Amino acid sequence: MTTPPENHTPQIRPAGLDGVLVTFADALTEPANRAALAFAAELARRGLDGIEEAAPSLVSVYLRFDPLHLSFTDLSARLRGLLQERDWYAAPMPGGRRLIRVPAVFGTDLAPQLDEAAEAAGFQPDEAIASICRSPLRVQTIGFAPGQPYLGLLPKAWDIPRQTDLTRAVPEGALVVAIRQITLFSVSSPTGWRHVGQTALKLFQPNAEEPFLLRPGDEVQFCRVSRERFETLRAAPASGIEIERLP
Amino acid sequence: MSALHIHRIAPGASVQDMGRTGYLGFGLSRGGAADRLALAEGAALLQQSPSMAVLELPGAGGIFEAQGALRIALTGAPMMARIDGTPVAWNASHLLAKGARLEIGAAEAGQYGYLHLGGGLDLPTHMGSRSAHLKAGVGRALSAGDTLQAGKDDGRETGLYLPPEGRFEGGTLRCVESLQTALFDERALARFLGTEFRRDPRASRMGAKLNGGGAGFSIAGGLNILSEITLPGDIQITGDGTPYLLLAESQTTGGYPRIATVIPADLPKAAQTPAGAPVRFSLIRRGAALEAERRMRDDITRLPERLRPLVRDPAQMRDLLSYQLISGVTAGDVRFDER
Repeated sequence: MTTPPENHTPQIRPAGLDGVLVTFADALTEPANRAALAFAAELARRGLDGIEEAAPSLVSVYLRFDPLHLSFTDLSARLRGLLQERDWYAAPMPGGRRLIRVPAVFGTDLAPQLDEAAEAAGFQPDEAIASICRSPLRVQTIGFAPGQPYLGLLPKAWDIPRQTDLTRAVPEGALVVAIRQITLFSVSSPTGWRHVGQTALKLFQPNAEEPFLLRPGDEVQFCRVSRERFETLRAAPASGIEIERLP
Repeated sequence: MSALHIHRIAPGASVQDMGRTGYLGFGLSRGGAADRLALAEGAALLQQSPSMAVLELPGAGGIFEAQGALRIALTGAPMMARIDGTPVAWNASHLLAKGARLEIGAAEAGQYGYLHLGGGLDLPTHMGSRSAHLKAGVGRALSAGDTLQAGKDDGRETGLYLPPEGRFEGGTLRCVESLQTALFDERALARFLGTEFRRDPRASRMGAKLNGGGAGFSIAGGLNILSEITLPGDIQITGDGTPYLLLAESQTTGGYPRIATVIPADLPKAAQTPAGAPVRFSLIRRGAALEAERRMRDDITRLPERLRPLVRDPAQMRDLLSYQLISGVTAGDVRFDER
C-alpha cells in the first residue's frame, strides 16, 4: 500500500443538515478523482443503511442521509471505518466502465475559439487537436447540468485559465476547454471556457430508456472529422459514436 | 375519471411533486415543488398522499374548467380564487362540479401557489417522478389548451380549511455552516449576518439573487475553489460578491464559495419570498437545526389535527378571506364586499 501524500487525507464534513461530504484532496489530481469514483461505487455496492443518495464529484463523494435517524457522528464513524479498509487513492477503477469514441469537428465556424485556445496552450492549431485526440480522457465527474461530463486530465500545457468574459451561448454538444479539462455541453449555455470543438452528442435524453449517455469513470476519446463528415454524423441516430466495454 | 382543462395559465406553471432523487451524480438536481410544505398541506386538506403530483403556479394562477366533478385544494402563496364567479377561501379544499370554472388570480403575497386535485394528476412518471424540471428540459411548462387527467379519487370530503403557516413575505432564514463558511473572515461573515437583503426581481426555480449587500462578500482566492456539489439552500457568493440562494432546480456543482446553507425547514419560506421582500440570515448550531427539522416534521404529521370546516356563512367567510390575504384589502375583497 502506498502512503498518500500529505494533502491526501480524506476529510469528512457535514454538507448542509442532511448531507456529508467525503473529500479526498483539495485540488484535482488523478489519485483523488480515482478515490472518489471508487469510494462512491463501493458505497453503491454495499448499500449503506440510512444513506439515501450518494454522488461522486471531482475529488469527493456526497451522501444524503436522514439526520433524525442517523447522526452525523455515527455516519462519520462508519465512513472512517470504510475509508481505512484500503488505499482508495490507488484503488482499481470501478467495473462496467466503457470507452466512447466521439467524432468532433475542431475549429471552423462551428468552434471558433480553437486558434486562441491553441495559442494560450502554446500549440499550433493542428498540434492542439492532436493533443486533445491523442489519448482517452476520463469522465472525472458529471455535473452542473444533466449529463454534462468533465473530462481530463489534459497535458500540462492545457492549464489555461477561463476567459474573463463569458461567451453568451455555445450550442448543445460544444467541446470547450480550460484548466486541463474538457467539458461537453448537454444544453446550450453561457460559458467562460473556450469553444474549440463541436460534437453531435445528445448527452441527456430524458425520455430515452438510458437518459444519460456518459457515466462517471467512462473514458472518452475524440477523433477529428471534417466539417462535411460532421454534418452527416449529425443526422445519424447515435451521432457517430462507438462504444466499447473496458476490461 | 375527471380532468382539469386549462383555459389560461401563468407562464412557468408546471406539474410538481417531491422531485426525483438518485440522479445527482448525473448532474440532475432533485427539483420538485419549490414549497414542499404546500404539498403536505394540500395532501392534508384532501386527505391523500403528499407524493401526488400537483400544479405549481408561479406568481399567478389561471382559468381552469372541471371536466367532471373534482375535489381541489389551494395552498401556498395566497391568491384570489373564484369558482363560477364566487370567491372561495385559500388554504382550503373545495368541490368543483362538472363544468365549473375556477379562476385563480395573482399572488397576494409569496411566490408559488398550488392547485391540488383529489387523486392527484394521472401522469406517467419519468425517472421516478411526475415533476417537470424546467431547467433540465424534463417535462415542460403548462400552457392554455392542456388538459390534465385526475387520478382515481378515493376521498369524499371538501370544505376544509387549514390555517396557513406564514412564509410569504420574506424574513429571517436559518442557516447552518456550509463547506466554505470558514473561508470567509469573521468580519465578512458578521456583515453578511447583519445585512438585510432584498430578493432580486429575477428569480426562478433555480435560485434567487439577493441585493443590498453593498461591496459584497468576496473572499481572496474565491474564484479558484474546486467545483463541488451544490444543493438547494446553499448561498453562493458569486464573483462580484453577490449572494445567490440556490433552490429546487439548482445546478448540481459549482465553483463559487458558499457562505452558509439554509436549513430544509426554512426552504419553503426561502422559495416563497417575493421580489423585493427583505431577507436576513441567521447562523444556528447543528443541534438547533436538528430540532427545527424535528419540529417541522412533527407539524406536518399533525396537519390533519389542524383542519377545520370552512365556514360558509358569508359574513364569516369575509373574515376568513381577509385573515388569509395578509396584506388586507384587495381588488377581490372590494368586489366581494359589493355583493
